[in-house]
Amino acid sequence: MDLRSATDVMELLAGGQYVCARPLATALFLAIRLGRPLFLEGEPGVGKTEVAKVLAERLERRLIRLQCYEGLDASSALYEWNVARQLVQVRLAEAAHPGGGVDEAALERELYGERFLLERPLLAALRPQPGGAPVLLIDELDRTDEPFEAFLLELLSDFQVTIPELGTIRAPERPIVVLTSNRTREVHDALKRRCFYHWVDYPGHDQELAILGLRVPECDKRLARQVVAFVQALRRRDLFKAPGIAETLDWARALVTLGAGEVTEEAVADSLGVLLKYQDDLEAVGAAADLVAEARRA
Amino acid sequence: VSFSANVVHFARFLRRAGVPVGTGQVEDALRALELVDVTRRVDVFWALHCVFVTRHDQDDLFAHAFAAFWRDPAGSNDELASLRLPARGERDVVEPPRRVLEAWHRARRAARVDEGEATDSPGTASARELLRRRDFEQMSAAEIEQVRALLRRMRFPWRDRPTRRRVADPRGPKVDLRRTLQRSLRTGGEPIVLARRDRRWRPPPLVVLCDISGSMERYSRMVLHFLHALTNDRDRVEVFTFGTRLTRITRALRHRDVDVAFAELSGSVPDWGGGTRIGACLETFQRRWARRVLGGGAEVLLISDGLERSDDDGALERAVRRLAAAARRVIWLDPHLRWSGFRAETEGGRILARWIHEHRPVHDLASLEDLARALGERPRGPAPA
Repeated sequence: MDLRSATDVMELLAGGQYVCARPLATALFLAIRLGRPLFLEGEPGVGKTEVAKVLAERLERRLIRLQCYEGLDASSALYEWNVARQLVQVRLAEAAHPGGGVDEAALERELYGERFLLERPLLAALRPQPGGAPVLLIDELDRTDEPFEAFLLELLSDFQVTIPELGTIRAPERPIVVLTSNRTREVHDALKRRCFYHWVDYPGHDQELAILGLRVPECDKRLARQVVAFVQALRRRDLFKAPGIAETLDWARALVTLGAGEVTEEAVADSLGVLLKYQDDLEAVGAAADLVAEARRA
Repeated sequence: VSFSANVVHFARFLRRAGVPVGTGQVEDALRALELVDVTRRVDVFWALHCVFVTRHDQDDLFAHAFAAFWRDPAGSNDELASLRLPARGERDVVEPPRRVLEAWHRARRAARVDEGEATDSPGTASARELLRRRDFEQMSAAEIEQVRALLRRMRFPWRDRPTRRRVADPRGPKVDLRRTLQRSLRTGGEPIVLARRDRRWRPPPLVVLCDISGSMERYSRMVLHFLHALTNDRDRVEVFTFGTRLTRITRALRHRDVDVAFAELSGSVPDWGGGTRIGACLETFQRRWARRVLGGGAEVLLISDGLERSDDDGALERAVRRLAAAARRVIWLDPHLRWSGFRAETEGGRILARWIHEHRPVHDLASLEDLARALGERPRGPAPA
């Protein structure tokens, strides 16, 4: 599909039940058209990962996901030699020449061929994939350490890697790269400069209502309005961790499952743990009578 | 033509306002504007936003700059003054408090005046020993100067922690198959020498929360010298001060030259020698910083006399409890501990003592040396429940 404007991106994602605000759509559109990685930062549960998934699905490209963690290194992110198979190959070569006289140079060339290369996500993203260049999702980048960031710098500016034994592998077509971070630490500016940047905020009232309508159709209109009003009011409170969209959806499903026709103090008391995950926040909000009253006016 | 010239101007404008913009980003901006509908102001805004902005805290600045510039690209210089962010980020107030600067200069003048009081000749061992035990509060300015010199040379025996990353190590516990195979090619495909590897070890992150209220004034300056030595000794140290508000001073302390570092500090810390609101400041820390700096098994130094009169709303208790739960070790450095038999009698002190892992004195050089040693020791088990 040919994307000609941010509106096209919004429509494309809407087809995958993702309600995308215009600012994010603009950033995505430019990142795709100009072949730049897109760096998405924001609180957990605002749909950073989801946008990459839906994008891949709607563009019918392969989604390649790299989940980051501390200590992530090249052998689990980029490639690894299949050493066990290589060792077997060495034995086979010896068996073929029982009196010695194995051609060492030829053996080495064979051992470090594509056949023994185990592709990891980043290398896979540089290879041609069915349906065109893949969508590469580098998720929760803030969980890795600085050495990995430095390694990404090179990959994300040239979209090529060099494997000493094999040579340089270059992407024939740039993958669509989405990086996400929950900002549990600052990612280095040098890396961000190579990307387009967008801060994904909590959705506004209308946007959240639209998302709820799409994702939890079993929730009737009145309950949906009340749920959104309640959550929006809750986010204005001084909380340690405000609920994200994921929590809103879970809560709406929980209320439907509990058979609550509308937001009442009783229903809230039964299910607040779905929205707030910290004991301190639960205590601070308490019975939430005023929030319930505000929600019921909606 | 004039439009792209304006984009270049705008980039320069942003740079002056404190958003670091590179030439590569300007090129990107020009290419981006070819792709969006430039008659739609909102599209132009978000296109330039995703190119120029690299941090969430630049959002407001960018919005103001955009509004100012595209209203009047030529005369926008006047607007700059109202936009400028604090040049070194992460501070709560914008105007540099003159009061602090003045206070700082006065302290320096005073230091020169009473230099004559020092009677011990500083070179001898006994003089040094005396100096080590002398309470900071009773030192003459000359003695303080000597202590500073000693502090500057202090090195810390860090106890490293294992990370998840592995490095080549001939005595490591794990066999590195890939390198083993590479070596075996030299010996005709026979893996004779096993290559090994081990975890990489590095010191844990250290977060320092330093009380600079009036009751701590004499100590906190000395401790700042200590922190300066600490910050320049290793990476992953974050330092915050608190009195009535929380201020991050890590960047200022990174200056190798202690005078430059302190000159910058005096301009950026607004609440020097004022009152204390430990609970409120620790809560701010929890909300704004804890998740960003307490990762990876961080240790926390809390430098305070615990003089919080009351904790009516339970803020201090909540904050300290959460701090102790999130950090691997919380060490409370307390100048009042120098009087043996001192019990944490204030409400604040009792609450701190209930939750922190270790309670140490911090009133003389010997105690700072003890602390440096303690940082290299194994932590003593979990916090008291």
